[in-house]
Amino acid sequence: MNFFGLFKRSDPLPATAPVARERLQVLLAHERGSPRNSSKMTALKEDIIDAIARHMLVKPEAVKVKIDRRAEVSILRIAVDIPA
Amino acid sequence: MAKVLVVTSGKGGVGKTTSTAALGAALALNGQKVVVVDFDVGLRNLDLVMGAERRVVYDLINVAQGNAKLSQALIRDKRLENLALLPASQTRDKDALSEKGLARIIKELRTLFDWVICDSPAGIERGAMMAMRHADAAIIITNPEVSSVRDSDRIIGLLDAKTEKAAKGERVEKHLLITRYDQARAMRGEMLKKDDVLDILSVPLLGIIPESEQVLRASNLGQPVTIANPLSAPARAYNDAARRLMGDNLAINVPLERFNLLGRIFGGRAA
Ligand SMILES: Nc1ncnc2c1ncn2[C@@H]1O[C@H](COP(=O)(O)OP(=O)(O)O)[C@@H](O)[C@H]1O
Ligand SMILES: [Mg+2]
Repeated sequence: MNFFGLFKRSDPLPATAPVARERLQVLLAHERGSPRNSSKMTALKEDIIDAIARHMLVKPEAVKVKIDRRAEVSILRIAVDIPA
Repeated sequence: MAKVLVVTSGKGGVGKTTSTAALGAALALNGQKVVVVDFDVGLRNLDLVMGAERRVVYDLINVAQGNAKLSQALIRDKRLENLALLPASQTRDKDALSEKGLARIIKELRTLFDWVICDSPAGIERGAMMAMRHADAAIIITNPEVSSVRDSDRIIGLLDAKTEKAAKGERVEKHLLITRYDQARAMRGEMLKKDDVLDILSVPLLGIIPESEQVLRASNLGQPVTIANPLSAPARAYNDAARRLMGDNLAINVPLERFNLLGRIFGGRAA
């Protein structure tokens, strides 16, 4: 093995960081997009469950919250199984 | 007036526990009264990194449930008398920590210390939410890598939605701490640069901690890196970050791990 070979890279790899940056910017713009961001949606989901549980005796599993993401709008569907 | 900090990230293995220990010790070395609190119920590790694993008797959940007094659970650091640890429980029941019990503990800790630093578990489940609940300020730990940046972005959203401050219509103060940063690789375009991460997350920068072998060495010894080797690059970066938290206006420079070149020649790979 050539001693001096240790000091230089044999073939420089193409930079991948700009690709990472680009992908993140696109992804996060989408995830933060209407209604603002996906963590906000998760929070909303949990708050809906909490609110319902305050007013009626339901198990958390009986509350189903679903978000349908479409290109133009997202639909929030709430279904609650209430005991007969 | 005490300040409650949460050290959080979403993603695991990015340096939350390392940073909690290092910043806690650095603040204590600067004369502050500090307690570091482990919220990683079931997977406690802060005790190990702090070198206090054999001194744990009672934990956070014992105190929250009223089975032990706070003073019985707090472990005073052997090296720094104004640094203490409140360990997590090893119980598998993650719901054992009640909202009420936690609120009471945080209130009491505020009266005893200048800084209460909460080491969050990974994820966005209950444990992570409990860790951030009472925070006045958050330190978001991010590695220059796509999944870490994305997870940090989610955590930032949660800080604005799920904390006590958010419920009161106030904002949690946010600080970005970039860890495991390799300046040489960033310059070669192999890794996101500090400015890329800052542009994407747009949270003010608290500091940049270099990738360094000193961190593993310190954790092997059970010492925060700021105690184990205060002159090392990561320790100096943590110390500067701690002083910024205290209000000092220090310029942020990108730290270079000084022994990288020698490491590459003799060890085959850098720090
Ligand atoms: N600046 C750093 N340089 C090198 N290794 C690091 C650095 N920061 C953290 N590590 C290592 O990364 C691993 C995960 O760190 P840890 O603090 O436990 O992360 P978390 O608490 O976020 O899961 C540990 O092995 C730790 O020693
Ligand atoms: Mg940890």
